[in-house]
Amino acid sequence: MDYPRDILVALYRGMLRIREVQLRIESLYHQDEMKTPVHLCIGQEAVAVGVCANLRKDDFISSSHRGHGHYLAKGGDLKAMIAELYCRETGCSKGRGGSMHLVDVSVSHMGSSSIVGGGIPIATGLALAVRMKKENRVSVTFFGDGAADEGVLYESVNFAILKQLPVVFIYENNQFSVCSHISARQGGQVIFHSTSHELMYTRIVDGNSVLDVYEASGIAVERARAGEGPSFIECKTYRVRGHAGSGSDAALGYRTAEEIAAWEGKCPIASFRHELLNRKVVDEMDLANMRKEILLEIDEAFQFARHSPLPDGKNLHLYLFAE
Amino acid sequence: MPWSKIKCDIDEPDFCRVSDGGNRRLGYAEAVREALEQAMALDPAVFVMGQGVDDPSGMFGTTLNLHKKHGRERVFDTPLSENGLTGIAVGAAIGGMRPVYFHNRPDFLLLTMDQLVNHASKWSYMFGGVVNVPLVVWACTGRGWGSAAQHSQALQGLFMHIPGLKLVMPSTCYDAKGLMFSAIADNNPVIILEHRFNFKHKGYVPEHAYRVPLGKGVVRRTGRDVTIVAVSYMATEAFKAADKLSKEGIEAEVIDPRTLRPLDEELILSSLAKTGRLLITDSGWKTGGITAEIAAMVAEKGFHFLKAPVRRVTCPDLPTPAGYTLEKVFYPDEAHIVAAISELLAGHDGLH
Repeated sequence: MDYPRDILVALYRGMLRIREVQLRIESLYHQDEMKTPVHLCIGQEAVAVGVCANLRKDDFISSSHRGHGHYLAKGGDLKAMIAELYCRETGCSKGRGGSMHLVDVSVSHMGSSSIVGGGIPIATGLALAVRMKKENRVSVTFFGDGAADEGVLYESVNFAILKQLPVVFIYENNQFSVCSHISARQGGQVIFHSTSHELMYTRIVDGNSVLDVYEASGIAVERARAGEGPSFIECKTYRVRGHAGSGSDAALGYRTAEEIAAWEGKCPIASFRHELLNRKVVDEMDLANMRKEILLEIDEAFQFARHSPLPDGKNLHLYLFAE
Repeated sequence: MPWSKIKCDIDEPDFCRVSDGGNRRLGYAEAVREALEQAMALDPAVFVMGQGVDDPSGMFGTTLNLHKKHGRERVFDTPLSENGLTGIAVGAAIGGMRPVYFHNRPDFLLLTMDQLVNHASKWSYMFGGVVNVPLVVWACTGRGWGSAAQHSQALQGLFMHIPGLKLVMPSTCYDAKGLMFSAIADNNPVIILEHRFNFKHKGYVPEHAYRVPLGKGVVRRTGRDVTIVAVSYMATEAFKAADKLSKEGIEAEVIDPRTLRPLDEELILSSLAKTGRLLITDSGWKTGGITAEIAAMVAEKGFHFLKAPVRRVTCPDLPTPAGYTLEKVFYPDEAHIVAAISELLAGHDGLH
């Protein structure tokens, strides 16, 4: 907690904002106006926020199908994101991408892939471009435990180590790939934790503690910026909602309601709120005002989205190729 | 933008002959190499990567010693992680570079399909045109010496199928250089599929940097009786076949599409309007391949020109055999083209 007040407040606000956006999506999803498969990161907000708090506007990120949090934490435009969920022309991808394909190049979010692991080499390549252009930027890739099953992770990490690239691998381990628990897919801890820190800095942190994530990824980002090579940070967390869509999927029976409830009890936002209040960093009034502000911004974003035009069918063929 | 200074050059010297367009003759590999060297000198964003690009053979000579001139930062060997490295090239391209990723065989491109098809080809469209991927992927189809089923596949049909990828298949030294320039200058993913037998060629190659435009085919030989659309190395076989047919009084028009995507449909259709007969030949498979697509395009847009059914000369739908007695019957050549055209003109439909 030895961080300045504005940082602590920004971390809390960032998480709360992502949570409230997702709760709003959930509450409206049944209306079937957002005709795109949403993958919520409720309960995982600390990873996106803790990491991105260390990044500059021109640092790159790549993200996945479960990418709302990464986009917002990096500073992606909220209105453009919600408009994309409504598949509007004003969406960040002009209604061509949907929930899984968010992008905001103005904050160096270069696009999210819904092919599990697909964004990992792309972020590594962005780091290669940074190196070749002698820029002072860092590239971060967010991926889950499903991606940790994929060979492309090994390929990318190997290359990053080989070339000592300024890339940070954020392994957001939420333990599930659709309904498959990690224990059904992996024989043990991922191999990279046994790499020498001289080649690659690695850590395992509580992904539900925003300060732990912030601290570990801060070291990783600074190392990358100083030319000290890649890092691999595993953030252990839990997917409290179902794979896609809204609401709890406890009824499916692949995990127990007790297990879900136990992890809901480890909510990264509730615990941090408690800490901030206890240490008198903020008071209830501050938090109430903050939430009011956030809800107002969300109201506006949804209004913007719903009042935005849909893409015109006559423009179906646009954008396949750049000029 | 240095690329706008390189003019498109659509004057094509006569194919496979000592050209009167100029007398500077280069081997095929040297032509590719010269394009790379000039492109790297022109634009610091261009770099060359791939397994063995800096080795003593230099990717059949196409990348030979480039690292000595431009340094190992810009010409570097890669791990054999084809999919990961393709994604890394995509990321570098999104980050403002112009990577040229070399593979010595298209067979290895199958390991890159996730990044090529799910990512590179989608990035512009999927994000409403706000990001683009100026990437070149190069591979050379093997043939002969028992290369067999996993070292000689001609997979152009797979790549032609994918919206968002451009597909280039040169057949002359002149085009090998000019199309490489166009591919690097393009702001989109471009696949260049070479053929090992093209590397036997020497031809006219201007010393200056020039571009052969993507989407523009060329008439290699004019004729009134039949149109042959011949892709990559098959243009050489078609040209030889046309010379033989000429001695029998049959004049074939040979069209080299040079790029399959975009395809110069107009050139093919206007030739067909003149000849009324069409043979398509490709070094790949028949089913669902390049020749199938061109035949379908002609059936849709040029049916009324056809005086006879379209004929195709391709490899049979089989893995490539290693043994040379089998290879000999596996690969189509000028004799197959001559025979098919003789039948076509005699009114046989080729179904027997």
